[in-house]
Amino acid sequence: MQTLIYDGSFEGWLCAVFDVYEYKYANVTICTDNQRQDSLWGETRLVYTDKQKADRVVKGLKQYISAVAMQQLYKTFLSEQKGMEDMLLEYVQYVFREKKDIAKDYSHHAARYVDDTAHKVHREKHRMEAFVRFQKTGDDIYFALVEPDFNVLPLILKHFRDRYADQKWLIYDKKRKYGIYYDLHKTEFIQLDFDTQSSNKDIAAILNESELPYQQLWKDYFNSTNIKARKNMKLHIRHMPLRYWKYLVEKQPEI
Amino acid sequence: MRQPIDAYVLSKCGYVSLFAVRSGYRFRNFVREDFTMWERITEKLKILSDAAKYDVSCASSGGKRKNENKGLGNSANSGICHAYTEDGRCVSLLKILLTNFCIFDCAYCVSRKSNDIKRAAFTVQEVVDLTINFYRRNYIEGLFLSSGIFTNADYTMERLVLIAKKLRTEHNFHGYIHLKAIPGASPELLREAGLYADRLSINIEMPTEQGLKLLAPDKNREDMIRPMNYLKTEIQQYKEEIVKFKKTPAFAPAGQSTQMVVGATQETDLQVLYTANHFYKKMQMKRVYYSGYVPISTDNRLPAIGTPVPMIRENRLYQADWLLRFYSFNVNELISPEQPLLDLDIDPKLSWALRNLSIFPLDINKAELPLIKRIPGIGVSSALKIVAARKFRKLNWEHLKKMGIALNRARYFITCNSPDFEIKDYQPQQIKQFILTKGNSKYENTFSQQIPLF
Repeated sequence: MQTLIYDGSFEGWLCAVFDVYEYKYANVTICTDNQRQDSLWGETRLVYTDKQKADRVVKGLKQYISAVAMQQLYKTFLSEQKGMEDMLLEYVQYVFREKKDIAKDYSHHAARYVDDTAHKVHREKHRMEAFVRFQKTGDDIYFALVEPDFNVLPLILKHFRDRYADQKWLIYDKKRKYGIYYDLHKTEFIQLDFDTQSSNKDIAAILNESELPYQQLWKDYFNSTNIKARKNMKLHIRHMPLRYWKYLVEKQPEI
Repeated sequence: MRQPIDAYVLSKCGYVSLFAVRSGYRFRNFVREDFTMWERITEKLKILSDAAKYDVSCASSGGKRKNENKGLGNSANSGICHAYTEDGRCVSLLKILLTNFCIFDCAYCVSRKSNDIKRAAFTVQEVVDLTINFYRRNYIEGLFLSSGIFTNADYTMERLVLIAKKLRTEHNFHGYIHLKAIPGASPELLREAGLYADRLSINIEMPTEQGLKLLAPDKNREDMIRPMNYLKTEIQQYKEEIVKFKKTPAFAPAGQSTQMVVGATQETDLQVLYTANHFYKKMQMKRVYYSGYVPISTDNRLPAIGTPVPMIRENRLYQADWLLRFYSFNVNELISPEQPLLDLDIDPKLSWALRNLSIFPLDINKAELPLIKRIPGIGVSSALKIVAARKFRKLNWEHLKKMGIALNRARYFITCNSPDFEIKDYQPQQIKQFILTKGNSKYENTFSQQIPLF
C-alpha cells in the first residue's frame, strides 16, 4: 500500500492525484500528515504541491466533466470528512477511465458519495448565509463568529462581498481559526490572536453602542412574530438545530 | 441636561441581553433621550409585528436585484430563511404593518376597527432605519410591509410606496421588498410600487365572494381583482420588454402573490383549490398562500377561541398546491365535487395514486419523467436523479434505496431491475393500511386531532 501525504490544501490533493498517474500507483491512499497511519508494509511519500501540476489535473478533468461537477469535487473536499481524499480519487479515476461526465451516475458509489457530500456542504454554506449574525463594533466593523460543520468560509465569501459592499465585515471560523475580512475594497483571509477562552463576553465589551438595543429589538421581533397557537418545537429545531444557537442573537436567554 | 445611563438601569427595563450586563458593558454616551427613543420603537415593533404575523408569505426568492455602486444588499435567487420561530415558520423578511389603525371591520382580522387593542404607527424613517439595521446585521433578506387602512386606500398606499422609494433611492438598498397592494389603490400608485418592490400582493382573504361578504362587509372582491389584473398586465409587459431591451426598469420581478384564510368559513377544499388554480392559470400568480385560521375573535360568525388551527388541512392544501405547480397535475385530478375535501390521513399524491392503481406499477427504468414524478414517495429531485442515473445502468432496489428514494411508499407502485417486487393485486385500502402502519405521520404527536379527555 502506497500512502501519499499532502499538505491539506485542494491544490495539494490535486497534485497527489497527479502523482498517482505519474507513478502509476495501483494501491494508494491519500491523506494529510496528521491522519497518517504508518503500517509495516506500506510505503509513504510526501507530495510536493505545485500549482502547475494541479492546473493540469483540473484541465484534464474539465475535458469531461461540467463546471458544476468540478464545483462538487471542491465542495466534497471542503467537507473534511475522513476518507474523502480517496473517494474523490476514485471519482477522478472513474472519469478518466470512462472519458465522460459521470457526475449523475448515482448508482456508482463514488459518484453518489460526491453528490451526497457536496449536497451536505452546500446546505451548510446556505445555513451560514442564513445564520451569520453580525455585531457592530465600536470601530464600525460588522463582526460574526461561526463554527460551521464543514469548512465553508471559501464558499460564502462571494455572497457576503456582494451583499455588504458598503460596510466593513469580518466572519471568523472559531473552529478552524481563520476568518474572512472585507475592508470596503477587497476580501482577505486572516487569523486573529484569539485565545480559546474569549467568547461573546469579550466581544460585547467592544460593541458599538447601538448594537445591543438593535439585538434586543431583533429578539423582540423574533418573539412577537411567532404564533403561539401554532407552536411546533420539533419543526423549529429541525430548521434551526441546537448547535447553531450559540451564535444566534434571537436564541440568547433573556435576563 | 443629557444624563448617562448605565447598563444596569437599561437591563432593569429588559433592554440588554444577559451577556452584556455580565461583561460590565457600559453605555458611555447613552442618554435618557436615546433611552426613550428605544423604548418607543420597541413598543411599536411589538405591536406592529404582532399584527402583521398572520400574513403567511415570507418568500424572499425570485428577486434579481444585484448590488450596484457599492450599495447595500443583493438578492439571493433562492431566498434565505434567516431564522425560524417556535411555530416552525421561516423568518426571512422584517414583516410589519406601517400602522394597525384601520377603518375596516373584517371579522377575521386582529386589527379590525371594533377590536379593543393598542394601536400604533411607524414613521417612514423608523421603518427605513429598522430595515437597514436589521439587514446590515444579516438578520433579514428585506422588508415585508403591509398596513391597516387609514383615511383611504390611496393615502395608505402612498406611504408604503414612499418607504420603498426611500430605501431604493436614498439608501441604495438592493435587498428584497414585498409590498402589500392596498385594495382599491389607484393604478398610478401600483405602477410606482412595482418599480421599487420585488413582489406585490393583494390578499383575496376568503376563497369565495360569499365568505368575504359574510366576514368583511366593508370589502369588495372587485376592489381586489382589479389591481391584481392591473399588476398581471404590467408584469407580463415587463417580462416581454426585458427580453428586447435590457435596460427596462424592473417591475415586481418576483411577481405577485395572494393569500386566503382557510377554516374561518365553510368553504370546501374544492372551492379553495379551484380558486387557487384560477389565480395560477389566469393571473400568473407566483404563489397562493393558505392560512389556517387562528381563532382571535369571539364573533359568532367565526370558530370560537380555542378551536385548534386546521394545520393538517392547511398542509394538505399546500401539498396539493405543489402538485399543481411542480408535478403537472390538473386540479380536477386532485379533487372532485363528489369528494370535495382532501384526505387528511394521506397526502393528495398518494390519494391520487390509489384512485388510479390501473396505471401502476411503472417500470422505473423505462417510464417517462412526468409519470415518474407521479409515483408516491418520489419527489421532483428524486425523479430527475432516477432519469439521469438509469442512463448508466439499470436500477435495482439496492440502487434506489441508496439514492434515498422513499421505498416504503414507492415499492407498491414500481418495478425495477430486481426479480422481487410487490406486484400482488393489492386493493387500494390495503396499500393505504400498509403505508400508514409503517410510516409515522409528522403530525401524529404534535397535532393530534384527538381532544384530550382531561
